[in-house]
Amino acid sequence: MSGFEFRARLRLGDFLLDAEFTGEGRVTALFGPSGSGKSTILRLIAGLLKPDEGRIVLAGRVVFDTATRTNLSPRDRHVGLVFQDGLLFPHLSVRQNLLYGPWARRSPMPAGFDQTVEILDIAGLLDRAPRHLSGGERQRVAIGRALLSDPAVLLMDEPVAAIDQERRAEILPYLETLTREWPTPLLYVSHAMAEVERLAQQIINIRDGRVMSVEALPA
Amino acid sequence: MNPNTFSPEEWQAIWLTLKVAILAVLGSVPFAIGAAWLLSYARFPGKIFIEALISLPLVLPPVVTGYALLVLLGRHGLIGRFLDRDLGIVLAFRWTGAAVAAAVMGFPFMVRGIRLSFDAIERDLEGAAASLGAPGWLVFATISLPLAIPGLLSGAVLAFGRSLGEFGATITFVSSIPGETRTISSTIYGLLQTPEGDSAVLRLCVVSLVLSFGSLIVSELMIRAGRRRLER
Repeated sequence: MSGFEFRARLRLGDFLLDAEFTGEGRVTALFGPSGSGKSTILRLIAGLLKPDEGRIVLAGRVVFDTATRTNLSPRDRHVGLVFQDGLLFPHLSVRQNLLYGPWARRSPMPAGFDQTVEILDIAGLLDRAPRHLSGGERQRVAIGRALLSDPAVLLMDEPVAAIDQERRAEILPYLETLTREWPTPLLYVSHAMAEVERLAQQIINIRDGRVMSVEALPA
Repeated sequence: MNPNTFSPEEWQAIWLTLKVAILAVLGSVPFAIGAAWLLSYARFPGKIFIEALISLPLVLPPVVTGYALLVLLGRHGLIGRFLDRDLGIVLAFRWTGAAVAAAVMGFPFMVRGIRLSFDAIERDLEGAAASLGAPGWLVFATISLPLAIPGLLSGAVLAFGRSLGEFGATITFVSSIPGETRTISSTIYGLLQTPEGDSAVLRLCVVSLVLSFGSLIVSELMIRAGRRRLER
C-alpha cells in the first residue's frame, strides 16, 4: 500500500496548481524552486487549503474527494506537520508543545514519549519556552510534536531551511534516524538536492504548479 | 475648606467614575472578543457594515450616541421597555446606564486591540493545532485567545481610559444625578457653571489627567509585554 495519493487542481490568484502523484516508499521528496507550489501541496494534504477539484488519499484513507464530496477536517486527517520555522506555540513550554496533540485528543500519555525525546535529544529542554531555544532545537521539538500526535503521514515543509549551515548538519542525522526507525510515511518538501538525496527514496520534481518528473532513488 | 482636599461630592464622583468604567470594561470583554473574532476570522457578506457599526461611536457626536441609547434602552425605548417589563432592568438615569454608555464608547478600542492580535497570529500556527487534533473551539481557546491577551488588555485599558472621560453620551442618556450618574466629567462641567468652583475643577482635572495618563502608560507596557511574549 502506498503512503498517499495526491491529485488536485487549485487556482490561487495568478497561480495554478495542477498536480498528481503517488507517494511510494517511506520518504518522498517534493523538490523544486520556491514558488513552485510545494508548500501549497502540503497545505492541501493537511486540509489547511481546499482544492477546487481533486482527490487525496492518506495511508489508504480518502481524506478529500470532490467526486464524493469528502473533505475531512485537519483534525481528522491525522497528519503530522512540521513547518519551516517550527511554529511552536509561543505561550506553551516545550513539554506542553510536545503533548498538545495527545492532550487535544484526550489520549493517554503517548508510550513513545521518552524514546522520542531521547532520539531528538530534547530531554533537557522540556521546561523551556520556545523563545529560549535555538533554531535547531526548535525544529527538533516541532518534529517531536508532530510524531507524538501519532500521525498517519508526516509532512515536513523545508524543516531545515531556516537553520544555518552548521546547524543543518546537526539536525539531518536526527531526520535520518527517524526515517529509519518510524514506519510513518514522510513527505518532505525541499529545494536543496543534498538533503533530498540523503533522505528520500523517491523525488517528485515540481515546477510552476506541475509535476515535471518522478525519480526513484536507491534505498 | 482646605483647597487641597476632596469634598465628599468629589470623592463620590471619582468613585462613581471608576465604578462605571470598571463595569463598562468588564461587561464588554465577551462581546468585544466575539466582535473581534467575527472581524478577524469570519467571512460573510456585509462585513464592512459590521466594521463600520462597531467604529461608529468613534466618529458620531457622543450626544447622538447618547440619544440613540435613550431611544433604544430608555424606559420606553425599543429594547428598554422589555428590559424593564420582563427583567426589571432599568438603565436610563442609573449608574448602570452610565456604564452602558461608557461601554459603547470604549467598545471600538477594545475590539481593535483584540482584532489586531488575532490578525497577527500566523494562520499556520492555528493550522498546526488543528492538525494535532484540536477541534476549532479548542484551537481558539488554547491558541488564538491566549495569544490575543496582550491585545485584549491594552484594548481594555484604552477603553477604560475612554470610559473615564465619557461625557456627551453619558449626560444625554443618564443625565447628571449626584451619587447616581454624576461622574468626574459631569461634575467638572457642573462646577464650571458656578463662579466659586475653580479649585474643585482644578482638583478633578488633575485626577482625570493622572487616571488617563496612567491608563495610556499601562496600555503601552502591555503592548510591549505582548511583543516579548509573541517573539519566537
